Amino acid sequence: MAKDLVEFRNLETHFQTTAGTVKAVDNVSFIIREGETLCVVGESGCGKSVTAMSLMQLIESPPGKIVGGEILFEGEDLLKLSKREMSRIRGNQISMIFQEPMSSLNPVLTIGNQISEPLMLHMLLDRKAAKKRAIELINLVGISRPEKIFDSYPHELSGGMRQRIMIAIALSCDPKLLIADEPTTALDVTIQAQILDLMRDIKQKLNTSILLITHDLGVVAEMADYVVVMYAGKVIEEAPVLELFQDPQHPYTKGLLKAKPIINQKQERLYSIPGQVPNPIDLEDNCHFHDRCEFCMDICKVKQPPFRSHGKDTHKSACWLYEEEREVL
Amino acid sequence: MKQYIIRRLLQMIPTLIGISIIIFAISAMVPGDYITARANPNMSIEKQEQLRSIYGLDKPDYQRYFIWAGNMVKGNFGDSMQHKQPVTTVINTYVWNSFIIGIFALFFSWFIAMITGIFSAKFQYSFFDKIVTLLVFICMSLPSFFIGLLLIKFFALDMKLFPVGGMITSGLNARGWEYFIDVLKHSFLPIMVLTMLSTGSLTRYFRTSMLEVIRQDYIRTARAKGLKERTVIFKHAFRNAMIPAITLLGFELPGLFGGAMILEQIFVWPGVGHIYLNSINMRDYPFMLGFTIFLAMLTLLGNLLADVLYGIADPRIRLK
Repeated sequence: MAKDLVEFRNLETHFQTTAGTVKAVDNVSFIIREGETLCVVGESGCGKSVTAMSLMQLIESPPGKIVGGEILFEGEDLLKLSKREMSRIRGNQISMIFQEPMSSLNPVLTIGNQISEPLMLHMLLDRKAAKKRAIELINLVGISRPEKIFDSYPHELSGGMRQRIMIAIALSCDPKLLIADEPTTALDVTIQAQILDLMRDIKQKLNTSILLITHDLGVVAEMADYVVVMYAGKVIEEAPVLELFQDPQHPYTKGLLKAKPIINQKQERLYSIPGQVPNPIDLEDNCHFHDRCEFCMDICKVKQPPFRSHGKDTHKSACWLYEEEREVL
Repeated sequence: MKQYIIRRLLQMIPTLIGISIIIFAISAMVPGDYITARANPNMSIEKQEQLRSIYGLDKPDYQRYFIWAGNMVKGNFGDSMQHKQPVTTVINTYVWNSFIIGIFALFFSWFIAMITGIFSAKFQYSFFDKIVTLLVFICMSLPSFFIGLLLIKFFALDMKLFPVGGMITSGLNARGWEYFIDVLKHSFLPIMVLTMLSTGSLTRYFRTSMLEVIRQDYIRTARAKGLKERTVIFKHAFRNAMIPAITLLGFELPGLFGGAMILEQIFVWPGVGHIYLNSINMRDYPFMLGFTIFLAMLTLLGNLLADVLYGIADPRIRLK
């Protein structure tokens, strides 16, 4: 098995609001291995992006703050690094692409300028060498006429091209980990497929690990080696991708899979999980999914289920259905 | 670009014609004229009528408009009744005095507002930000004559650091460097007041603009690249935040030459604002109309300048 690249250990990221504390990331632990694509899945507001932003340490503070846990990157705790040390890792060994390619590039700077920036900063290239490398990168992400694109401004490019440019920027310093926060959500379907293909290609060529954040199970099936499912700030299930699709354990995961439309299968109505995501402020110590769960038991309402494997080592979930202890209580 | 500027300049012509009609109409509607404004009790009615016909004030308004406008087209602004000199000469004599104060105040207020705006946005809700907000509030709510008099009291009368008013010390026949220092001393207080007045609203403007920009996705991208905070703020955020301010800069152009009426009155500064106010009281039509047209032209030019600068600063609206 490949080496661990990143390990989240009991990460806690909280946001202070006037209404109370939001535990956006609540005791989250998982591991990203070298050369692996890990997908984090969940509804909007479940803490996927905050987990990634915590890793980059780009949480707006205030109101956000990482209050506990560790994030180990090649064995070193990123949370203990100084600002300067962290900015040497950011964009260099860990880089990130975002959901909105339309607004993620600076409108008043040329594409070339924006790609060259990390090259000159982290790789210490001079302007000329940076330009050469930038043109190579633009080529690598599959854009023709890279010299012309180098001198263009973001508004002259389409959404798909801008996302390719974002990927080029992210790849500029050969990162060990690429974080992609819903990279295809804002793009239309054909472009989505192209961008995903590109990311897969790059992963194979450069052996980069990818942390892919998405709510699209289609993307998960296509890209992931390993899947982490989050709900209301907690990891509720993790498993290798095939296992998760074949044998989901947590009722929430089951619901998600059921809610996915399947081609060639006529359905009267698409399944949807009843109810709504709970209010994230001051959540109680119970299973946060209990009021939407069809298997809800008494214990679910008062106590949080432990997160552990039930059978196979690699497949973990947090649900009382698989616990013996419930009989005792 | 050249074509665009020429087109815009041509478009100014109908606008100026419209402006000239409106300001002439307003001045004609105001009761009284130069003769009544002088209110000389010793002047007989016949003498008054005679003067009116000499100045051409006895003709119907529309005729007066065409005579005036026709001369303007030929570049002749006419003679100021009050100063017995061509309007352009009068403007030229006084406008530079106003310009000195205007340009310094513009420079200082923009410089201070930019710096404080950026930092109070960067450290929103910090102690610094709260102090800045308070000062801005104070600057914006105090009227210019109040601040002016207050500063005169403290700096000129009590501490005797600066002269109370005027532009040069009377009787001092200084030349060169000495003259420069003398003017500088006199202009310090008016520049300070003018700077304070405009810094308040500008700071607020820059702060808001900066706050909006540092929430943008591309700023997050810049941070994700590992750039230093200084680069993020001054390279990525600053330029974007400054774009909307260009419009304001365009509007400053007439202000530079327009003078500050109240302030010049308080500091006895021989600026053009003072003269302008007087010309209105005296119904000195040629000067009052001529100077208003001059300001209107500067406003239009300022607008054009802003549009051109916009294109330079923002590639999205750059003309191909």
